[in-house]
Amino acid sequence: MHPAQAKLSEHALLKNYLLDRAYDEMFAGPDDLHPHYEPLFERFSSLPADELQRRKHSAELSFLNQGITFTVYGREDGGAEHIFPYDLVPRIITAAEWATVERGLTQRITALNLFLRDIYNEGRILKDGVVPRETVYSCKHFRRQMVGLQVPRNVYVSICGTDLIRMENGEFVVLEDNLRVPSGVSYMLTNRRVMKRIFPQLFRNYNVRPIEQYTQLLLGALRSLAPEGRPEPNIVLLSPGVFNSAYFEHTYLARQMGIELVEGRDLVTHDNVIYMRTTGGLRRVDVIYRRVDDDFIDPMAFRGDSILGVAGLFNAYRAGNVTLANAFGTGVADDKAIYAYVPDIIKYYLGEEPILQNVKTYLLTDPKSRRHVLQNLDKLVVKAVGESGGYGMLIGPHSTAAQREEFAQKIEADPRNYIAQPTISFSRAPCLIGDNLEARHVDLRPYILYGDKVTIVPGGLTRVALKQGSLVVNSSQGGGSKDTWVLSQ
Amino acid sequence: MLSRVADSLYWMSRYIERAEHATRLLDVNLSLMLDESATSADRRWQRLLVELGSPKEVKWTDDPYELTQRLSFDTGLKGSILSCIISARENARHVREQISTEQWHRLNRLYLQVTRPEIRPDMDAEAAIDRADQPTEFLQQVMEGVHQFQGVSDSTMSHGEGWQFIQVGRYIERAAAIALLLEAYHEDLWQHSDRIPEGNEYLEWMGLLRSATAFEAYCKVYTADVTPDRIFEFLLLDQEFPHSVRFSIDTLERALEAIHGEGGKSRAEPLRRLVGRLRASLSYSSADEILNGDIVAYLRGIQFQCRGIHEMMYQLYIDYSIQAALAG
Repeated sequence: MHPAQAKLSEHALLKNYLLDRAYDEMFAGPDDLHPHYEPLFERFSSLPADELQRRKHSAELSFLNQGITFTVYGREDGGAEHIFPYDLVPRIITAAEWATVERGLTQRITALNLFLRDIYNEGRILKDGVVPRETVYSCKHFRRQMVGLQVPRNVYVSICGTDLIRMENGEFVVLEDNLRVPSGVSYMLTNRRVMKRIFPQLFRNYNVRPIEQYTQLLLGALRSLAPEGRPEPNIVLLSPGVFNSAYFEHTYLARQMGIELVEGRDLVTHDNVIYMRTTGGLRRVDVIYRRVDDDFIDPMAFRGDSILGVAGLFNAYRAGNVTLANAFGTGVADDKAIYAYVPDIIKYYLGEEPILQNVKTYLLTDPKSRRHVLQNLDKLVVKAVGESGGYGMLIGPHSTAAQREEFAQKIEADPRNYIAQPTISFSRAPCLIGDNLEARHVDLRPYILYGDKVTIVPGGLTRVALKQGSLVVNSSQGGGSKDTWVLSQ
Repeated sequence: MLSRVADSLYWMSRYIERAEHATRLLDVNLSLMLDESATSADRRWQRLLVELGSPKEVKWTDDPYELTQRLSFDTGLKGSILSCIISARENARHVREQISTEQWHRLNRLYLQVTRPEIRPDMDAEAAIDRADQPTEFLQQVMEGVHQFQGVSDSTMSHGEGWQFIQVGRYIERAAAIALLLEAYHEDLWQHSDRIPEGNEYLEWMGLLRSATAFEAYCKVYTADVTPDRIFEFLLLDQEFPHSVRFSIDTLERALEAIHGEGGKSRAEPLRRLVGRLRASLSYSSADEILNGDIVAYLRGIQFQCRGIHEMMYQLYIDYSIQAALAG
């Protein structure tokens, strides 16, 4: 502990540090650090400002030189590459906090897989009226083509990234499930690598649980999906190509797993078997880790105008000659209207109480909720159900009257397409802004793998809303990230 | 290896080689210009455009610095140094997971160096004196970056199929470029050698040798006693010099053999014949014989055969018909 002569809140490093009702990851009270943040704070306050800047610069340079960049759509610079802003101060999670998160996520992914299997087969949960039929069938990510189809090992979602936030009382809750093609795991891995280089001693003293095994676990999960009779499966990663914003991640994962990165134009279908064009002729493909959305993956089965996909892939999949991770049609379970039912889904299939709670969600198809929401648009957050990445969203307290009017009209026109949630002041963590530590809102996206069993590498991607006061952490909207340390005790 | 990957590696390598060649030509000509009268410089800059494949968009306008500027930085020009580096890097980005991290770092750094706008000398700069110094610095930087990239490629990437495609790209580009270089010099050095102003011959010969980094290597074989015929022999037929056409074709053939080895030899027979014929012609010809015959036709023949090899290789490994592959 610091000697008592100087109050923490008067420390020069903290002169712009905002504390209010939102949970703070570092401070328990105005002059009271959470014990697990003490060594970190001590280290940061012991370094002169220019040394901190030097390390920050060195980290940024290393991202740039490695080409760890992403492309933002629709900006004036025409899809230029940007580095993902990186914050030097790690976010620390205690072993006990993590244990709860881990149990909660395992429970959730297990239930959601059972839900997907059920709605595409018997539909028990629909018959029992736990989730309304219309809500499922009206979801734009519901794939009729999947009805009655048996997927390998009954695993629909092999890879999942769930967004968690921390409420004012410090409890982690689920903000959304990403069950289609979650991204960002490469940033989790590269952030760690850079952090170990920039603060080796601090890292060592903290006893942080490792995450480097992720790619090996991912490969294992993919291998477990191989079609029968293919003991040495050829596993590939299917990417939309170099213009996709996550292309760096695709190349990173393919390289780390030692599998081929393919694009739609590399693959051909013949007799319901998928082949890739190699210099030695055509070679059969058994498992596809696809980073292409359902809509674009097979112009014959889904959107006919897609040029990213592989014609005939769905039929090959149906014939059992190739497996995809994730399966088609998983988006129905991360629809934001279905989200409201997830606690009931967990109770229905597992007979357990949910360990991680949801954020309160108003379904706008219900006339009473809709009236309430329309009257309180300035206090609520409205989201389009099928969107992600921070697009199609209204944050009430930060919105203009014109924006609210626009959303009110959209909601009236298509209530099924929107949900509303209270504006949550989710937790803040210290970030290095200029020469000071300032508090910024953060979320947490752990990555869950479902192979032979559910595995979660300890940690995940902590995303930061770097703009002061902002609640949007998405990289496409000015968010950044930081390393996440889960302590081993 | 995926056909698309082979394609990208091949072009990455060709573009790097092309950037290196253009960089060297500019550097050599800028430095020789300092020793010369304006009229002979004029001829040389026009010849430089021929050596670079006579790009339609560029005309010689009496200003060597403006020309250098365009050939270095004009991204509207496909063969400019900057365009070549951008294309090489773009191809590398498409196969980021196939090349080594060191290769990517080196190439990406070169890209960042040359695309940083502050590097580009201001074309309207009032201080014309400074203008003369800036390009040389830029050219040095590119040359170093390219050499480091090639070194790192050889020492950090497995010498498997991917690396062999890099070899193919580098040496097919080089063989064709040197043949074109000799063709461009042909008129001045052999046909109308009397046109060269008195006392400038040596400069011309040196210029040709240095355009292929060959001056020192040449001296080791023939001493500093430079004659056009020996230059011709050296750049075309030397067995050990890495920038000679023969060396390039020998290496190209070895790389292609290694690639055939992975995929089955019989399929590759037409391509092997094509390369073997060119290699044999270079191995068993004598310089006198060629010099007494139609030099230009011979040099154009080499370039033509290089294009043929490129096309045949595409048919075989990259752009083959799927139906044929299924049947085979």
